[in-house]
Amino acid sequence: MSTVIDVEHLNFSFGSGALTQPVLKDITLSIRKGEIVLITGPSGSGKTTFLTIIGGLRQAFHGSVKVLDQQFINSSEQVKVSVRQQIGYIFQQHNLLKSLTALQNVSMTLEMSNGLTEQQRRDRSAEALIAVGLGDRLDYKPGQLSGGQLQRVSIARALVGQPKIILADEPTASLDKQSGYEAVSLLKRLAKESQTAILLVTHDYRILDIADRVVELEDGVIKSA
Amino acid sequence: MNKLTWFYFPARLAWRQLIFDRSKLAAAICGVLFACVLVFMQLGFKDSLYASAASAPVKLSGDLFLMHKQSEAMWRPIQFKRSELMRVLGNPAVAEAYPLYLGLAPFKNIKTQVKRTLMVYGFDPDSMIFNVGEVKNKREELRLKDTVLFDEYSRPEFGPMRQLLEADRNVTEINDYKVNVMGLFRMGVSFAADGNVITSDLNFMRIFPRRNHGDIDMGVIKLHHGASAKQVKAELKSELNEFINIFTYEELLKYEKDYWANTAPIGFIFGFGTVMGWVVGLVIVYQILFTDIANHRNEFATLKAMGYEHGYFVRLVFASAFFLAVLGFIPGYVLSLGLYHLAESQMYMPMPMLWSKMITVFLFILSMCVMAGLLAIRKLKDANPADMF
Ligand SMILES: Nc1ncnc2c1ncn2[C@@H]1O[C@H](COP(=O)(O)OP(=O)(O)O)[C@@H](O)[C@H]1O
Ligand SMILES: [Mg+2]
Repeated sequence: MSTVIDVEHLNFSFGSGALTQPVLKDITLSIRKGEIVLITGPSGSGKTTFLTIIGGLRQAFHGSVKVLDQQFINSSEQVKVSVRQQIGYIFQQHNLLKSLTALQNVSMTLEMSNGLTEQQRRDRSAEALIAVGLGDRLDYKPGQLSGGQLQRVSIARALVGQPKIILADEPTASLDKQSGYEAVSLLKRLAKESQTAILLVTHDYRILDIADRVVELEDGVIKSA
Repeated sequence: MNKLTWFYFPARLAWRQLIFDRSKLAAAICGVLFACVLVFMQLGFKDSLYASAASAPVKLSGDLFLMHKQSEAMWRPIQFKRSELMRVLGNPAVAEAYPLYLGLAPFKNIKTQVKRTLMVYGFDPDSMIFNVGEVKNKREELRLKDTVLFDEYSRPEFGPMRQLLEADRNVTEINDYKVNVMGLFRMGVSFAADGNVITSDLNFMRIFPRRNHGDIDMGVIKLHHGASAKQVKAELKSELNEFINIFTYEELLKYEKDYWANTAPIGFIFGFGTVMGWVVGLVIVYQILFTDIANHRNEFATLKAMGYEHGYFVRLVFASAFFLAVLGFIPGYVLSLGLYHLAESQMYMPMPMLWSKMITVFLFILSMCVMAGLLAIRKLKDANPADMF
C-alpha cells in the first residue's frame, strides 16, 4: 500500500537564539493509505505542533515531511495550499461558519474545486450530511444544532471533498462521552469506506480502540510506534 | 476556478454573512445612508449656490462689463466714475455703453408691512441691457416716476406679489421711499439677495438719495456686430484706468461663481462638508468591516486551513464594501430626493436631482467603501490557520 504521509528526522523549535525551545525531536513516522493513527501524549508534548506541520499550516525547516508526495520542508505557500485542499480538517471546536446552513458549510469544501455544478455540490453535500445522520438538518444553522451534531457536520465537511488524509485535533474534547465516541466511530467507518488515512490527536483513552496504530509522544519524542 | 466563481463565491459568502446579522447590517446601512445624504445635500446646496450666484449676470445682455477692481462680486460693488465708462466710446468697435446701478435696500411686504432686504437694479430704460422679456416690454412704465418691476422668483417673504398686483395693491416702500410696482419679471434669488427689483436710473437715485448719476457700480458695453470681445477687451484694458476690471460675459459669470466658491467661505464650507461626509462614512464603514473581520477571524482561519487563499478573503471584504455602498446608497438617494424637493418648495433654491449628480455621489460613496475595505484588509492577517488547532 502506498504511503500518504512520510516524515523523517523532523526537528522543530519555537523561538530563536537563546530562547529556542525544541518541540519536536527527530520524529520519524509514516502513514499508509487508509490507515488510522492516533497520537496521544501529555499536554505540551508537541502533538498539535506536529499536526500543523503535517497539515501545511506551519513551516518546518529540518528533516523531511512528505505529504501526498509533496515535500513541505522549505516549501512555498503555493505547494502547501494545493496539498491543503486535499486534506480534511477536524478541529477541537467545530469551527463552522455560523451564518451558513449545515449544507452551505459542507459545500464550502467543494467550492474550491472546479468542475462541479451548483446542483452537484448540493447533492454531494447533502449525501455527506445524510451519511453522518443529519439528513433532516440540512438547512439548520450552527446556532440551532447541538455540540455532537456540529461535530458531525464538521466531519461531513472534512469528508465531502474525498480527501486522502484527515487531520483531527482532539475532536471529542468538547463533546460528552457518548457523542464523542459516536462521532469518532462514524469518522472511522466513513474513512474506511473511502480509504482515507486519519491522523488523530487525542487525550481521550476511551477512543483508542478505533485506531490501527497508536503513537505516543512525550517531550517531542516518539516513545512507541 | 473560472472567472465567474472567482468573484461570485466570495461575494455570495460576504452577502450571507451580511444578512445573517440584521441589526448590524441595519447599523451599517444607516452609516452609509448618512454619508450619502450628507454628500447629496452639500453638493445640492453648492450647485444651487453657484447657479443662483450667476442668475443676475446671466440676465445681463452685453459684450463687455466694467467693474471696480475692489468689487468682489456684484452684490457688494465699489463705485467708479461714469466718465471712466464713457471713455470706452472712443474705441471704434464700441457701439453703446450703459451704466448699471446696484444697491441693497429694505423692501416692505405690502401685506404684512415687514421689511426685508433685496437687490435694486437701476438702469436706463432706453438701453437693452437686461435680457428679460418682461423688462423689455415694460420700458414705458419704467420711465414713469417711482415705478419698479418686481422679481417673481423672489422669496415669498416679500409677499404674494402677483395676487397683490391683480388686486391693484401695488404701492409699497423701498428704502422708506414710496414706489409703485408696475409688473413682474423673472430672475431668481441668490445667496446675496432674497429678491430683486428693477427700476430706472432716475428712480434708483430717488430710492437711494445719497447716490448720484456720476458714480456707477457697473458698466455694460455693447460692441458693433462682428467685433471680437477678446480683442476689444485687450485694447480697452490699456486705455482704462488700472483700477477698472474688464470682463467678457463668460468671465463675469466665472468671476461671480469664483467669488462664492473661493472668496466667500461658503464654497469652502460646502467642500469641507462633502469631505467630512466622506470621512464620517469611511470611519463607520471601516469600523463595521474591521469588526466583521475580527468576528469572523476563526471562520476565515478555518477556511484558510482548508485551502482558501488570501485573495479570496480580500475579494470577500471588497464585496462586503460594495454591498454596503449599494444598500446605503439606495435609501440615501430616495431620502435626498425628498430633501431636494423640500428645499425647492420651502427655500426656493433650484435643487435638481441630475443623473450626473447621482453618479457622482454613488462613485463617491463607492470610493469611500473601497477605501474602508483597503484599510480593513490588513486585519485579515490576524486569521492564522495554525492557531485553529
Ligand atoms: N505558537 C507558539 N509559539 C511558541 N511556543 C508554542 C506555540 N505553540 C505551542 N508552543 C509550545 O510548544 C510546545 C508544544 O505545544 P503543543 O504542540 O500545543 O502541545 P500539545 O498539543 O501536545 O499539548 C508547548 O510547550 C507550547 O508551549
Ligand atoms: Mg494540543
